[in-house]
Amino acid sequence: MYVAVKGGEAAIANAHRLLADRRRGDRSLPAVGIDQIVAQLALAVDRVMAEASLYDRTLAALAVRQARGDMIEAIFLLRAYRTTLPRFGYSQPLDTVAMKIERRISATYKDLPGGQLLGPTFDYTHRLLDPSLLTDEQVDEPMQRPAEEGRVMRVSEILNQEGLIEGDGVMPVDHEIGDLTREPLEFPMTRDLRLQALARGDEGFLLALGYSTQRGYGRTHPFTGEIRIGEVEVEFEVPELGFAVSLGRIQVTECQMVNQFKGSAKVPPQFTRGYGLVFGQSERKAMAMSLVDRALRAEELGEDITAPAQDEEFVISHSDNVQATGFVEHLKLPHYVDFQAELDLVRRMRREFEAARDSGMDPMTEAAE
Amino acid sequence: MTELATYNFAYLDEQTKRMIRRAILKAIAIPGYQVPFASREMPMPYGWGTGGVQLTAAIIGPQDVLKVIDQGADDTTNAVSIRAFFQKVANVAVTTRTDEATIIQTRHRIPEAKLGPNQVLVYQVPIPEPLRYLEPRETETRKMHALEEYGLMHVKLYEDIARNGRIATTYAYPVKVAGRYVMDPSPTPKFDNPKMHLSDALQLFGAGREKRIYAVPPYTEVVSLDFEDHPFEVQRFDKPCALCGAEQVYLDEVILDDKGGRMFVCSDTDFCEDRRAHGHVGPMLAPNGLAADGLPDSKEAAE
Repeated sequence: MYVAVKGGEAAIANAHRLLADRRRGDRSLPAVGIDQIVAQLALAVDRVMAEASLYDRTLAALAVRQARGDMIEAIFLLRAYRTTLPRFGYSQPLDTVAMKIERRISATYKDLPGGQLLGPTFDYTHRLLDPSLLTDEQVDEPMQRPAEEGRVMRVSEILNQEGLIEGDGVMPVDHEIGDLTREPLEFPMTRDLRLQALARGDEGFLLALGYSTQRGYGRTHPFTGEIRIGEVEVEFEVPELGFAVSLGRIQVTECQMVNQFKGSAKVPPQFTRGYGLVFGQSERKAMAMSLVDRALRAEELGEDITAPAQDEEFVISHSDNVQATGFVEHLKLPHYVDFQAELDLVRRMRREFEAARDSGMDPMTEAAE
Repeated sequence: MTELATYNFAYLDEQTKRMIRRAILKAIAIPGYQVPFASREMPMPYGWGTGGVQLTAAIIGPQDVLKVIDQGADDTTNAVSIRAFFQKVANVAVTTRTDEATIIQTRHRIPEAKLGPNQVLVYQVPIPEPLRYLEPRETETRKMHALEEYGLMHVKLYEDIARNGRIATTYAYPVKVAGRYVMDPSPTPKFDNPKMHLSDALQLFGAGREKRIYAVPPYTEVVSLDFEDHPFEVQRFDKPCALCGAEQVYLDEVILDDKGGRMFVCSDTDFCEDRRAHGHVGPMLAPNGLAADGLPDSKEAAE
C-alpha cells in the first residue's frame, strides 16, 4: 500500500555523503591541495573570482575543489560567502596606467610606447596535446627582463591626442557609485552599474553575445585597441585620514575596444570605446565584455537597437549565471501540485473534445461558443 | 588559510534584515505592489526559495515556530532542506503542524486549515510579475501597473475562453488585491485563491532572483480575475482523499502500478495526518478497503 513518501531528511544526508565520496574519489590517490589548484589551475581560479566578484585565490580554489571542478557551482559557493561580508566602502578607481604589466598587446599599432608584450599566453601555441604533461617533467625557468618602473600610456590616450576618440567621460559630481549587490537593478541602468553586471556576467553568455555582434547582430566595427594584464594597486580613502591608503595589489585584465563611429547630430565622427575589466587573467572575458559594453551603448550614441546584444534589459537580466542556473535547475524541484491542475484541465478538455466529435460537431467551433 | 566567517542569527546580517523589513512594511502599506529590494545571494540556489528564505530570515525571532511546506507537504526534499537551514542558523523550534506554527513558509500551496491572526504565511515566488508572460519588459510592466492598465490580462483570459471555452489558467491565477494591483499569487493552484481573500493571517511574498517583495495584509480583499458570464471557479475532485476521506481539499494523484491504478490523497500532509489522528478514514484505509480504482469518472467535476 502507498505510504506518503517520508524520509526526505535521511535521503538528503545520504546523498550528500555520497557526494563527498565522489568528490574525494579514489582514496589511494593523494587529495588535490588548495595550493596546487591555485598554482596549476590558476585560470579556473581566476574565472571563479571574477564571476563571484570576490578577489581571494585561496577561497576560490577551495570552491573549485568543493564543486568538483564545476565552475558555476564554484562561483555560486564563493558568491554566497561574499554576500555575508561587511561592506566598508568603495575603492578609488584603479589606475591601470600604473599597472605592473605582464602582458600588453595592441592590434591597432605595430609598435607603441610601452611596447607589445606577449606574456603568458596560449596565443600562437599549436593546440597539440603535450605528452610531457602526462608526467611531471622538468619545466624551464622563464626568461624575464628586469621590471620597468613607470607608466604605460593607454592606446585611448594616444588616439585622444588628436581628439580622434571619445574621452574617458566623467560622472556628474554628485554621482555616487552604484552597487548592484546592495540596490535592486532598475532599467535603464547607468554605465557604472552595467559594467558591474558585465564584470560578473557569465563568460560563455558574454562570449556568445560579443560573437553575435561580429556576425552582424548589432555590428560595432571593433578593433582591439589594447589588452593589458598585470597587477594594480587598490586604494581606499579612509574618511578619518582624509587621504587614500593602499590595500594591496590585485591582478586584472583590461581590454579597450576601439570602435568606428560615423558620428551623429550631436557628436562628430570619432572612435568610440567598449570597456572590459576582469579579475585575474581572463582575456576572453575582458574582450567579450568590451564588445557587449559597446553594443549596449547603442541608445546613448543614437544607434538603432536591432540586435539582442544591444538590448540592455535582455542582456543584463540574463547574464548572471548564478541566477540562471538556479532558475533553470529549479525545474527539477517537485511541481506535482501544479501539474495536477494541468492534468485535470487537459482531461476535461479532451472529454469535451471527444463528446463534441462523437456528436458530429466540429470540436473547435463548439469550444469557441 | 582564510578564516571563514560565522553567521548571524538567521544567517542574514542585521543591516540586511532591516532593509528587508523596510521593504516588507512598504509592501504591507501598498497591498499587491511589488517592492524592489536588494536581494542577497543565499546559500541555496535562486529559484529554490531564496525570496521566501530572506523574508523568513528577516521576520523570524527566537520565539517563533517555523513550518515549511513544498507542494503542501512537510517532507518534500526542498522543504526539509529549508527547515534544516533555519534550525541550523536560527536554532528555532520547527513543526509540521499548521496550528502550532507562527511562520509558515510555502511553495505552491496554501494550507487547508484556516490560518489565524498570529500567523504569517511566506510564499516563495519564482516570477512575481503577473504580466510577465504578456510583456517581457520590466520597464513596460511597471508602467502598466502604475497606470492600472490591465486590459492585456483581460484580453488574455478572454482569448483563453475563445480558444478553449474556459479560462485555461490552472495555477498562478491572477488576482486583484484591495481593488488596485493585479498580483501573481505565486504558482499555487487556483484552488487556493479563495483562501487569500480576507485572510486573518499576514501573507508575504518573496522573489529572490527577481528582487521583489509584495504582501497581502490581513483582512484584505483578494479577487480572482474573471468575467460575469465566465465566473472564477476552482478545481473539484470527484473522490475524497483515499487516506483520510477529506472532501473539498486539493488532492495529489499517486500512480500505484503500471496498469493505470492510481489514488488521490491530500496534498496537505499535515491536514491529512491530523484527520486520520481524529479517526477519519478514507477508502484505502477502510477495514474492508476498496481497491484504488482508475481515473475519476467522466462526470464533469467542475459543474
